[in-house]
Amino acid sequence: MSATTETLVDFDEVLTRYEPALGLEVHVELSTATKMFCGCSTAFGGEPNTQVCPTCLGLPGSMPAVNKGGVEAAIRIGLALNCEIAEWCRFARKNYFYPDMPKNFQTSQYDEPIAFEGYMDVDVDGETFRVGIERAHMEEDTGKSTHVGVTGRIQGADYSLVDYNRAGIPLIEIVTKPITGAGAKAPEVARAYVQQLRELIVALGVSEARMDQGNLRADVNLSLAPIGTEKLGTRTETKNVNSFRSVERAVRFEMSRHAGVLDAGGSILQETRHFHEDSGITTSGREKSDAEDYRYFPEPDLVPVAPSREWVEELRGTLPENPTAKRARLQAEWGFSDLEMRDTVGAGALGLVEETIALGAAPQAARKWWLGEMARRANDTGAEIAELGVSPADVAAVQKLVDAGTLNDKLARQVFDGLLAGEGTPDEIIAARGLGIVSDDGALSAAVDKAIEANPDVADKIRDGKVAAAGALIGAVMKEMRGQADAGKVRELILAKLT
Amino acid sequence: MPDITRDEVAHLAALSRIDLSDAELDHMAPQLSVILDAVASITGVVGDDVPATSHPLPLTNVFREDVVTPGLTAEQALSGAPEVEEQRFAVPRILEEEA
Repeated sequence: MSATTETLVDFDEVLTRYEPALGLEVHVELSTATKMFCGCSTAFGGEPNTQVCPTCLGLPGSMPAVNKGGVEAAIRIGLALNCEIAEWCRFARKNYFYPDMPKNFQTSQYDEPIAFEGYMDVDVDGETFRVGIERAHMEEDTGKSTHVGVTGRIQGADYSLVDYNRAGIPLIEIVTKPITGAGAKAPEVARAYVQQLRELIVALGVSEARMDQGNLRADVNLSLAPIGTEKLGTRTETKNVNSFRSVERAVRFEMSRHAGVLDAGGSILQETRHFHEDSGITTSGREKSDAEDYRYFPEPDLVPVAPSREWVEELRGTLPENPTAKRARLQAEWGFSDLEMRDTVGAGALGLVEETIALGAAPQAARKWWLGEMARRANDTGAEIAELGVSPADVAAVQKLVDAGTLNDKLARQVFDGLLAGEGTPDEIIAARGLGIVSDDGALSAAVDKAIEANPDVADKIRDGKVAAAGALIGAVMKEMRGQADAGKVRELILAKLT
Repeated sequence: MPDITRDEVAHLAALSRIDLSDAELDHMAPQLSVILDAVASITGVVGDDVPATSHPLPLTNVFREDVVTPGLTAEQALSGAPEVEEQRFAVPRILEEEA
């Protein structure tokens, strides 16, 4: 790959000469029980080729039948994105020959998407960007290929193995209009859009929307135009950007790369790029001479979808609260400052904090664990906060133990260590690691006595009424108890003994 | 009326993964032109007031409830596969198949 020889222009310098235009295509895999065009299960993780039938295998004579649940989810997504819902639309065949699609075409929608002309308001650092939605259409997922390298074959040393369990699972593809005017914030806008779109999808309950499991996949289009020009530049499409952070990095990298090419008097090749998670760079994808020649035509085996206005309004009635209004309401309910709220949204932790609070934790406690503790750990490992393996229920359970005086913050952190290491539930971890505050008053009292004895001058100060000096003794007791004591209780005991 | 060129036939053949020799291309191009000409006669009877039809039935919204129905076992599904490995369909190398 020639990526390493490319000239990258410093991000700040790019902005002095160019205006970026973004476009995002997000595929959402629906969590319907069955596939889009047949009754096969969509359950994740089944044995290979056990969730298949003649239709999703593309066997001769099989006929598709549209999943009503998939259409409903598509309409609800469209409505939540402020789209118009088509009064009449059709499926189309997108023809291509690739083993992951056994029919040799993907059933999709072409020029008649079910939802179009919408928008989503995206919060970025307290500023609102209105992202135009071009369309949201229904289609189906492909099978999963595993590529195998072997030797000893005459033709093609490598081959692939295909599992069609995923082939035919409903997908909704959501395409934005070109997003211009974001300037330096383009990478953050891209990330915030995908993040807040995910929150919306989760709130709708139409998908697991886990990026690590491929339920939500983003393709990032980017172009640069010299500042002051109206016309958009040539774009590249970076595929399979699999985390929020990567969306931001991919935009940043492509901006720097495009500027390097344009500065040198070159022109951007309209092409597919692949993002590399490890290095944060993109490389040129395979160029196909006849790419984009899909010979779309209306699917003859399916009749048009013509949602009645009554049905659309009925589905509108099932929509969750508008995200912008919801954020304002939650902020007021939780008493978060603007900055606290912004950080919560920015970290992609809004839903997690909300669930944790719903399970009984105080708002500031929920915020503290997710933004202080989990965000830091996610950052350390480069994972998404939602994908750490700690659930809102875990955090709420730990906080409950803190509230009850069974754990202090330090011990709680050790419980989270255990959770991240997959050691079981909070209770199991506490038992296995011997965590938990010693509530045995005898042991605590003995430790306090020992601390007083070892620090006679501090004890004298407290006896003289300098209560603030108690901190030194509390520290000594906590050390003696290896952290497994409630600092408030220790303080009470010290004061009781000395005053 | 529509005239399909030899290059277009070659392009379509490539899209369809059909390997046509030069002789076959020479043979196919005029034949396809004749077929298209024959079909094109339909354009003579449609007016601007007749919308294109993609489906002959006056039906919309034929849906299936989102309920799982039994499909094939893996053994059945793979029974027609030329090659099977690890309960998956083994297919020739995908990348770089076209030079």
